[in-house]
Amino acid sequence: MDRRVYGVETEFGIAHRATAVDGAPSRGLAPDEVARYLFRPVVDWGRSSNVFIPNGSRLYLDVGSHPEYATAECADLLELIAADRAGERIMDDLARRAEQAMAADGLDGTVYLLKNNVDSQGNSYGSHENYLIPRTTHFRRLSTILLPFLVTRQILCGAGRVVTEAEEAGRELGPHYAFSQRADHMWEGVSSATTRARPIINTRDEPHADASAHRRLHVIVGDSNMSETTQLLRYGSTDLILRMIESGVPLGDFELQNPIRAIRAISHDITGAATVQTRDGRELTAVDVQSGLLERARRFVDREGAHHDHLEQVLELWGRTVEAVASGDHSAVDTEIDWAIKRRLIDDVASRGDLGLGDPRLGQIDMAYHDIRPDRGLHHMLVRRGRSQSLLSDERIDAAVLNPPTGTRAAVRGRFLSTARAFGAGHAVDWVHHKLVDRPLEAIMLKDPFETESFRAEALLDTLGDREAVLRELTVAERLDQPVPPALSERYEVTAGSVPPPPVI
Amino acid sequence: MSTQPQRGRSAHGPGDEEGADQDVPAAGNVQATQQAQELDGLLDEIDSVLESNAEEFVRGFVQKGGQ
Repeated sequence: MDRRVYGVETEFGIAHRATAVDGAPSRGLAPDEVARYLFRPVVDWGRSSNVFIPNGSRLYLDVGSHPEYATAECADLLELIAADRAGERIMDDLARRAEQAMAADGLDGTVYLLKNNVDSQGNSYGSHENYLIPRTTHFRRLSTILLPFLVTRQILCGAGRVVTEAEEAGRELGPHYAFSQRADHMWEGVSSATTRARPIINTRDEPHADASAHRRLHVIVGDSNMSETTQLLRYGSTDLILRMIESGVPLGDFELQNPIRAIRAISHDITGAATVQTRDGRELTAVDVQSGLLERARRFVDREGAHHDHLEQVLELWGRTVEAVASGDHSAVDTEIDWAIKRRLIDDVASRGDLGLGDPRLGQIDMAYHDIRPDRGLHHMLVRRGRSQSLLSDERIDAAVLNPPTGTRAAVRGRFLSTARAFGAGHAVDWVHHKLVDRPLEAIMLKDPFETESFRAEALLDTLGDREAVLRELTVAERLDQPVPPALSERYEVTAGSVPPPPVI
Repeated sequence: MSTQPQRGRSAHGPGDEEGADQDVPAAGNVQATQQAQELDGLLDEIDSVLESNAEEFVRGFVQKGGQ
């Protein structure tokens, strides 16, 4: 597909530290209790802890009480990254409000939201990517090519991790630095389950679109990324591999004998020297697989042309990152690739304090890298100090908090729910459906994710009143002025004097 | 792979090559001192935001598994 719809779902780690009267802060509320405080404004707003919000995304409390944010559908990579970064700001705003609400209840303390994937006990939570693919894509071809790509993709976009204990049966691993957070928590290559089996590719087939035309590829192997440049490489390279699979070009044979053993072996060897066995008996490194695929990707783009504006940047960073792993000189990417940015920080702190990798201070720094609070999170600090590069302006991310992306049906969803709210009309929306409670038979399904305007949705909204005459879109300042979180602010107001029409029975 | 690293470094001035013998040690020292100062500043800022009991913080961060 030349145009693709993308989305990413992030589960956040959550913790509360109570302010101690004397001495050090102590553990405060349990994660599920903090999460309930966190979602109080959401429940007040939407009467549920599972809601679609004006920017078209979905906020919910998932299994195990992980606060989760799913971006709206995006048709452009920077739009996707902006939507994801907006999710961090939305969650951080909720965390600050939770701190205030808890203080009002006599529980002074700090809420931590970490955009990472592991806790200190080995529990894991995810960062799931969705890619719309044509139904015609041959699934066997898809998985034989995509699996080796995803198993080795961690050298491009792993978030890095300080590992303190031996984690692999039969292998003594001392404290070391690994490429990936998630690699140790994958149990299957391809499967329909997520929680029990944790496959790299999830086949649960809920396209949220026309099922005769599309499939939604659900990739759950990725680490949550803090770096915007790493995200560009992550989604951009995956999209390009999918595009090559869809076009039927030969992509070589990198099918792995044991993808799960391979993903762990690669993660735990930061030198990039770990080899994995292919089904036909060759021993390859992750660099071999990635440079083989990258070379084919370059030839493909030379032949077919670039299908979006960021492709050159993706290919350039892809090449430079593979080269950095191959040479062992990570300085070429240590302001752009999460695992390398974090590793440089860990190395600096370790050498200055003469700390071994098993020192808890380094484990704490690993976690704090993913803290989404701007004045406290270490990745934010590295951006301010020029040790991590950005792609997006603050203004663009703030705008993505308030409004939906423009290139997909999320624009219709956002307008629909904000308009219905302005008129005080009961409504329900999800990825596909748009319904006014009073007119259940006229519910609209938008099966084409690229549909940015819907005549039928507009006609349904017209039944609420003369929008042109009475509906006014609020300015950004007016929205930020509302007492609710900005992401939940009303986008329209019905101006005084207007009378909604009586309901038609 | 022929691509050049795109680092956030400023371009070199025209005199860089010729004056290399004389300038490098001094410039190197200045640069090293500056880097050390920057790192000191970063580490101080990190110390100011992180809780002092690292072990307790790390052990206290326990979640239920997600998907």
